[in-house]
Amino acid sequence: MAKTNSPPLAPAQTWWLLATGFSAIAPLAPHVQLWLGAAAMLALAWRGGLAWYRQPLPPRWLLVLLVVAGSAGVLLQFRTLLGQSPGVALLILFLALKQLESRTARDGLAIVFLAFFLALSQFFYTQAIAAAIASAVAILVATATLLALTDHRPTPLTLLRRAGSMLLQAMPLMLLLFVLFPRIQGPLWALPRDASNAVTGLSDTMAPGSISRLSQSDAIAFRVRFPGAVPKQQQLYWRGPVLSEFDGRTWRPRQSQPRPRLPYDAPASGGIDYEITLEPHGKNWLFALELPGQPPEDTLATSDFQLLTREPVTVRQRHALRAYPDLHAGRDEPEGLRERALNLPSGSNPRIRALAAGWRANAQNDDDVLRQAETFFLRQHLIYTLSPPRLGEQTADEFLFDTQQGFCEHFANAFAVAMRAAGIPARVVTGYQGGEVNPVDGWLTVRQYDAHAWTEVWLPQRGWLRVDPTAISAPARIDFNLAAAVPEGDPLPLLMRADLSWLRDIRFRWDAVTNTWNQWVLGYNPERQRDLLRRLGMSTPDVQSMTAALATLSGLALLALTAWTLRQRRRRDPALALWERLSKRLARQGLARAPTEGPLDYATRVAAALPQAASEMQAIAALYGRLRYGPGTPAMLDELRRRVASFRP
Amino acid sequence: MNLATTLREQFIRWALRVKSPEPSPITLGQRRVYVLPTRAGLGYAAALLTMLIGSINYSLSLGYVLTFLLTGLGIVAILHTFRNLVRLKVSRGRTPPVFAGEHAAFHLVLASDIERRTLRLWLPGGENTCVDIAANDAADACLQLPTTKRGWLDLPRVGLETTWPFGLIRAWAYCAPEARCLVYPKPAVKAPPLPWAGGEAGSRLAGGHGNDDFAGLRGHQPADPPRHVAWKTAARQGDDAPLLTKQFDGAAAARIWLDWDDAPAADIETRLSILTRWVLDAHAAGLVWGLRLPERTFALASGEEHLQAALTALALHGQN
Repeated sequence: MAKTNSPPLAPAQTWWLLATGFSAIAPLAPHVQLWLGAAAMLALAWRGGLAWYRQPLPPRWLLVLLVVAGSAGVLLQFRTLLGQSPGVALLILFLALKQLESRTARDGLAIVFLAFFLALSQFFYTQAIAAAIASAVAILVATATLLALTDHRPTPLTLLRRAGSMLLQAMPLMLLLFVLFPRIQGPLWALPRDASNAVTGLSDTMAPGSISRLSQSDAIAFRVRFPGAVPKQQQLYWRGPVLSEFDGRTWRPRQSQPRPRLPYDAPASGGIDYEITLEPHGKNWLFALELPGQPPEDTLATSDFQLLTREPVTVRQRHALRAYPDLHAGRDEPEGLRERALNLPSGSNPRIRALAAGWRANAQNDDDVLRQAETFFLRQHLIYTLSPPRLGEQTADEFLFDTQQGFCEHFANAFAVAMRAAGIPARVVTGYQGGEVNPVDGWLTVRQYDAHAWTEVWLPQRGWLRVDPTAISAPARIDFNLAAAVPEGDPLPLLMRADLSWLRDIRFRWDAVTNTWNQWVLGYNPERQRDLLRRLGMSTPDVQSMTAALATLSGLALLALTAWTLRQRRRRDPALALWERLSKRLARQGLARAPTEGPLDYATRVAAALPQAASEMQAIAALYGRLRYGPGTPAMLDELRRRVASFRP
Repeated sequence: MNLATTLREQFIRWALRVKSPEPSPITLGQRRVYVLPTRAGLGYAAALLTMLIGSINYSLSLGYVLTFLLTGLGIVAILHTFRNLVRLKVSRGRTPPVFAGEHAAFHLVLASDIERRTLRLWLPGGENTCVDIAANDAADACLQLPTTKRGWLDLPRVGLETTWPFGLIRAWAYCAPEARCLVYPKPAVKAPPLPWAGGEAGSRLAGGHGNDDFAGLRGHQPADPPRHVAWKTAARQGDDAPLLTKQFDGAAAARIWLDWDDAPAADIETRLSILTRWVLDAHAAGLVWGLRLPERTFALASGEEHLQAALTALALHGQN
């Protein structure tokens, strides 16, 4: 066995390692602390400078110092060295500093492996198409570096091309593994707390300003696919947290235990089927279309008709659900709950209390009160705006009688307070309203600026009834969208501006691409894997059959690949082929050509042994010699072909 | 350690599959090329496993994609490493004779129809050599082996290996091409001067035909006859100056018989060593010389072929 010590790095290899470091760290720069990115780039630049000016590497003690300092920095930043973000930070640090102590090919290998890890860790932050491309570039450079570590003589372009070719050859196996490798739903162990980074989205409380802060965000909350027709815009109420506890300013959800079933029975027919794909938002909320049917197996429900996931949504999730838009539920709501839905802190919003007392005095029943309240809201000429004035203590009073400008949470808050003051159980429901159908792929996209709040009131014989006070004052919000409802001049999210329709068009297309990516690449989870395999004809897609299929198919792929690599021959020099044909024929006469024998020597030997063919043999050898070692012409090749064919030894 | 060495030898004998030495050319068939991951390859596998666990734990779909892509790359690497070695044609090249104590240089011709890169060849106890082969071409690999004894030196088992393209996988094979190197006896360092005593050479020079023209001086070599030393020049130039030898034109070169019995040594090897030195000296001095060995005699002659024949006889004395 050839014992070889790891050879020292050639200059070309050093540059390759730097390129690997750069292409692995650069895509992470937007996601990590500025100092970290800057320190890493500085280390790379330092190493580059040393290589350029052919200076020796820094002494070991200095590097130890730098590693300790960097780790201390990470520790100070994150208060721990464990977990995802500090882990990535340490990887970046090690990859950068390892460059400064890389002397041998083995050190180079460590850098390439670190780069692989970093290319993966980029996906902690984003798995968008752009991230995949950045990662692909990093992998290409790292692969070329791996090639350069074995043989650094080829040009960079050759190495990149070879690396690309190898990666292309790896693709069939990658596809097979991706589709057939039995998927396990993570996590295998509890995720560190930082795994779900803070994302924009609804919060579980509502106070003035809590929803309007979302109105500028065009981040996607979820996407929905309706196999049938998309329901009317006015029906698209996506139910989020239901808030029935009120302290005079903030609405909060009632604490209750999630249960496997909803407290009502859905009718046998009339449901709308749809599939919802939630973007990660860190909570358990499912945002089902009102009113949801019974929750599917892996989901839960609350007593106030909200659907929940079992685990917080930290990765994109898909659920198949059914909705009943005309259903009213909760007729037999327990007495105690109705009582609590009437709670108002004493002393809050006195003006509304007085108003509501007036409604009640003139009313025969709850329906009358409700009608009077709706009329009052309509007559009050409330203005729906994204930038309402600030409110003081009595938020409902001030909105209704003083400022008269508000966003949906102001409307919902005031209406719910008014209803409670009039003795009708009421609660606030938050969630999303509407959405936008992407004409490219027909999916409905619901964005953060579709966040909404409305109210529910409880009427005897009818149960909980949705009343959207925003729709009373600004029907365009519900019939169309936010842009149609707010006064001109309000700062709209970019995508809602009418003058940017071309931008929206591009965005629609891009969204459709992203959605396909999300559904089939990122959303390829155990469930979708089973679905796909069932559709491909696998009757029981369990771990055993998947493993068997994977083994069989990758065996076949490997066989094909082996055959291809081994058969793959360079196109031979035709002159050489002719010459070898001739030599083979002569070998049968006992005149085999020695491997090292040149054409002229061989011809001389053959000529001596076969005097009758001597002149022809000499001519052929001369011709072959000129074709192979000198400037040959096609005419000469033809002549050689003719002569070899007619040569009779 | 001893057991390990024995086991390894056993394995190699089994791995070689063919009784050595094999006739040239040897084609490295698929059954004699072995493939195993290198240490770097094991590291690569460990890295992939870590990445897979990370992908599962954090449900990173693109993490799966990346891990599986690199898994595919590892498997493609196996194929390419294997392909880089398999079906290589190894045949014997020239192997010039050397003197004992020098390095024997075995040349092997490696012929290939595809491009092959960084093939490493090694001999047990010898040095590595690394070659590339272009498509439809052949390359010459020179394997050096130290020699100690005169006679034929057989090319030991040759190892061929490659880790191209990624250094993650090692493919290797053994072959034993039939090749041998003729090792001449080591020329004696301190040999007695050429045995001029009596005989034809002496009389001829002493006879002093005198018609040979003095042609010039050259540096003295130990084998030069003392009569040709330019003593006068030496005396003029003092002790430190090198001795010079007078050279004469004409075919009338001196004749000398180098006799087995004249070599002043007891044992055979020393005797051969001295004779080798004499033969070389006589050849270098441009003498006409003959060699008398117990089993055969080389008649008076000169020239390269004469020298090779004599040296070969000296190398193989008492063998075969």
